[in-house]
Amino acid sequence: MLAVKDINVFYGAIHALKGVSLDVKEGEIVTMIGANGAGKSTILKTLSGLLKPQSGSIEFLDKPIHGKVAQDIVKRGLVHCPEGRRVFANMSVEENLELGAFLRKDKKGIADDMASVYKRFPRMLERSKQLAGTLSGGEQQMLAMGRALMARPKLLLLDEPSMGLAPLLVREIFNIIQEINQTGTTVLLVEQNANMALSIAHRAYVIETGKIVLTGAAEELASSEEIKKAYLGG
Amino acid sequence: MTFDYIVQQLINGISIGSIYALIALGYTMVYGIIKLINFAHGDVFFVGAYTGYFAAKAGLGLILSLVLAMVVCGVLGVIIERLAYKPLRNAARIVILITAIGVSFLLENLGITFLGPQAQGFPEIVKKTDFTLFGGVVIDSIQIIVLVVTVILMAVLQYIVHRTKIGKAMRAVSYDMEAARLMGINVDSTISATFAIGSALAGAAGVVFAVMYPSVDPLMGIIPGLKAFIAAVLGGIGIIPGALVGGLLLGVVETGVQSIPGMSLWRDGVAFGILILILIFKPTGLFGKNVREKV
Repeated sequence: MLAVKDINVFYGAIHALKGVSLDVKEGEIVTMIGANGAGKSTILKTLSGLLKPQSGSIEFLDKPIHGKVAQDIVKRGLVHCPEGRRVFANMSVEENLELGAFLRKDKKGIADDMASVYKRFPRMLERSKQLAGTLSGGEQQMLAMGRALMARPKLLLLDEPSMGLAPLLVREIFNIIQEINQTGTTVLLVEQNANMALSIAHRAYVIETGKIVLTGAAEELASSEEIKKAYLGG
Repeated sequence: MTFDYIVQQLINGISIGSIYALIALGYTMVYGIIKLINFAHGDVFFVGAYTGYFAAKAGLGLILSLVLAMVVCGVLGVIIERLAYKPLRNAARIVILITAIGVSFLLENLGITFLGPQAQGFPEIVKKTDFTLFGGVVIDSIQIIVLVVTVILMAVLQYIVHRTKIGKAMRAVSYDMEAARLMGINVDSTISATFAIGSALAGAAGVVFAVMYPSVDPLMGIIPGLKAFIAAVLGGIGIIPGALVGGLLLGVVETGVQSIPGMSLWRDGVAFGILILILIFKPTGLFGKNVREKV
């Protein structure tokens, strides 16, 4: 579904991604783990068109998307739910969800999806007229995910969905990610919480200083001594 | 000072204030979306007034002249943004601010070169009739038109910003440009739309201003432009209702000062004094909140 080959990305003079290659197959949850500043978010931003790779190729559904603008990429069904939620705090919950469906014209489909987002996140329905900025952190994360779902993603990029949330909420968010995946959306998940991420993912990549250093089935990585020591706290 | 006199000054203040408000909206919308004080905005106002002048001379009525001026200014706003500001999207803010001042000088001097430096009388497209409300309070037909035009344009703007897709895109881009991109919003065309709408409002303001003070000249936009800038800062730059309130308030205060015997020359001084006081004591303006970031 997604094939990234040897991309190099620079921030000015800083070489942020050094020949990264990865792939995601339809129906998978793939996670990328790694320390702060390793380049995980940079990979997602490059996939969604916010950053342009200097070299290398990105194919989504067998068509090249590197160098395309973000709106073309969203239109193809690759949707990025960014780090830090980035909800539009000055707009209502409902308006945020509507913006998620910005490129869609099928009124009926949008209304159906809105209803299913409200079903998945009942708190959003309760607060649909409230400004997004008044929501708690967990609610904002749910809104950000609901907003991304409104674009009908084929591949959903999730950047640090558990950031700053209480453990109970983290569990809930991860359950929801699994549900989303089971209803047919492929997920590429970036996480600091490597334990959790590996527990729901099928496969994983480990990123260090802009390079992929390890890849494999999530279960294998979760039990590897090396990974335990570096990322799983023991 | 009688009650009638005060009401009269209030009416006069509100009519000039609504013109300030129309111009201030353009400042505030553009600031809201790309954080630029578009100092060329007052000159778009003058282009609007001249468009109205030529339209009126060609025999078009008020409404057609207004519409034409709005279209011309809307297009001009988009051209200015595309040619002068868009190439600097990632440059330091001071660079683009200086560019805006440059565009302002360019428009003024093009105006002087091609239209001549002298003021021209604006054709009488609206017959000025006085209506006595009560006692000695008089409102004239031009003041009524200014108010009606302002109210209609405000209502349309409110509708666009809150109910339409492009309005929602504008609010999203002004809040978080990168997140807006991730929604599939075309940021460049949203910015263009913002310039088009803001400039069209300035164009309309130019026409009603020229109808009220029936003359046009290429430098006529400087003072109203600065006043509208003050109004936008007073209300809270980037906040649309703030521009409306700031404009009306400034108009009323100015007219009030001018109406005090012996104080008429203090009008502009008081306006700039307000700017200084606001910048010292409440730089975010009357409607502005201190921005707190939730992490």
